[in-house]
Amino acid sequence: MMGMVLDIISWVLLSAGGVFVLIGGIGALRMPNLYTRMHAASVTDTMGAILVLTGIMLQAGLSLATIKLGAILIFLLITSPTSSYALASAALLAGVKPDGSLAEDNEATE
Amino acid sequence: MTILFGVFLLTLLVITAIAVVRAENLFVAVMLLGIFSLLIAANFFVLNAADVALTEAAVGAGISTVLFLGALALTNERERPHRGTRWLSVAVVTSAALVLMYATFDKPAFGDPNAPVQLHVSPWYLEMTPHLIDIPNVVTAVLGSFRGYDTLGEVFVVFTAGIGVMFLLSAGPASGAGNGPGSGQGSGPGRPKLPGRKSYAGIGLRDHLIPRIVGRMLVPFILLFGLYVQFHGKYGPGGGFQAGALIAASFILYALVEGESRTLQALPQKALTGLMVGGALLYGSVGLAGIFLGSNFLDYSVLASNPVKGQQLGILLIEAGVGMTVTGVLLSIFHAFAARGTD
Repeated sequence: MMGMVLDIISWVLLSAGGVFVLIGGIGALRMPNLYTRMHAASVTDTMGAILVLTGIMLQAGLSLATIKLGAILIFLLITSPTSSYALASAALLAGVKPDGSLAEDNEATE
Repeated sequence: MTILFGVFLLTLLVITAIAVVRAENLFVAVMLLGIFSLLIAANFFVLNAADVALTEAAVGAGISTVLFLGALALTNERERPHRGTRWLSVAVVTSAALVLMYATFDKPAFGDPNAPVQLHVSPWYLEMTPHLIDIPNVVTAVLGSFRGYDTLGEVFVVFTAGIGVMFLLSAGPASGAGNGPGSGQGSGPGRPKLPGRKSYAGIGLRDHLIPRIVGRMLVPFILLFGLYVQFHGKYGPGGGFQAGALIAASFILYALVEGESRTLQALPQKALTGLMVGGALLYGSVGLAGIFLGSNFLDYSVLASNPVKGQQLGILLIEAGVGMTVTGVLLSIFHAFAARGTD
């Protein structure tokens, strides 16, 4: 009984995580410029990663794998915002302006 | 399921490869090459080759991307434009592809238990590893002991590559000092050296609080993980090559956030050269110790009173040698690139 409840929770988490990753992917494709794309893609790093990894942790149960997954989750939660920051600041330094217009972004064509 | 994942990953791989060829901006090509390596690593992992996957992810997607970026910081980011179609290259590539495709018809089906590769020496390795060496990870047993000659050769190839790059870039030990945070960092300070751009040479990661703090926080953990991979290679995926790449990655991260000069203070070029030479030397002397103790070159059974313990000791020592050489070579190459950038 307990196992089935855990299974259901885990699958709900995994599916929700998949939906967030999908939204992040669509956003990264459809958003107008670099900064909004990064904003969309960061959903993948945060909500997507948290939900998917928690779902897998529930599947793994109380084992070494869960501890490893927790470590991976902490690592991702620390590093991906940092890399987003580094990317945005590098783009800013390279002269990509966050101007809010809907023009095609100029990351590669400037 | 494996086939489904495999087809999916390989399709992505082909798309990425085409994108790499078509990319004219070399930074884009380097990033795509990183993705390419990550996809191959995922594919290896799907095929249960965790050791190879770890190597590919650490070296292919990690270190070589950084080295490519370091090289790009020294040159132009745009491919030289060329006119017309290079018919000779097209013909060579097409015929090679056709020959390879023709060769696949003779290949045994995927996962065929009667394929020659499954019948030749693999069953013997799988059967004898518990008796002869008694470690759970057969890959490490094959790499370290059964095929120790091959691994020795690989270590010397890495060693030679390191020496070659150091000769080419002629990096003296003292020329690395300078305002070096991130000559290999790519899109940031690497680009401004190009003509027609404003100079951001003073703005390394040193002025960026968040990456600097996070980077400093992560360095010891990456180092610890590298050591874990080094010494846990008998029980799980890992070994000297992966560990060397990870340890080198932690120092490269330190160099990116704190600057070249402080990294060279922490681990001077002399120590790196020592690691390079010492690792290869350690591997070779373990082999010679086998001869002096009355057996063959690279036969570890005589290193301890118990042959199984001797094998384990030998593998531990040669893996340490591999890790030392790989760390030394990768960091020396990185420093050589970075030192060129600050001239």
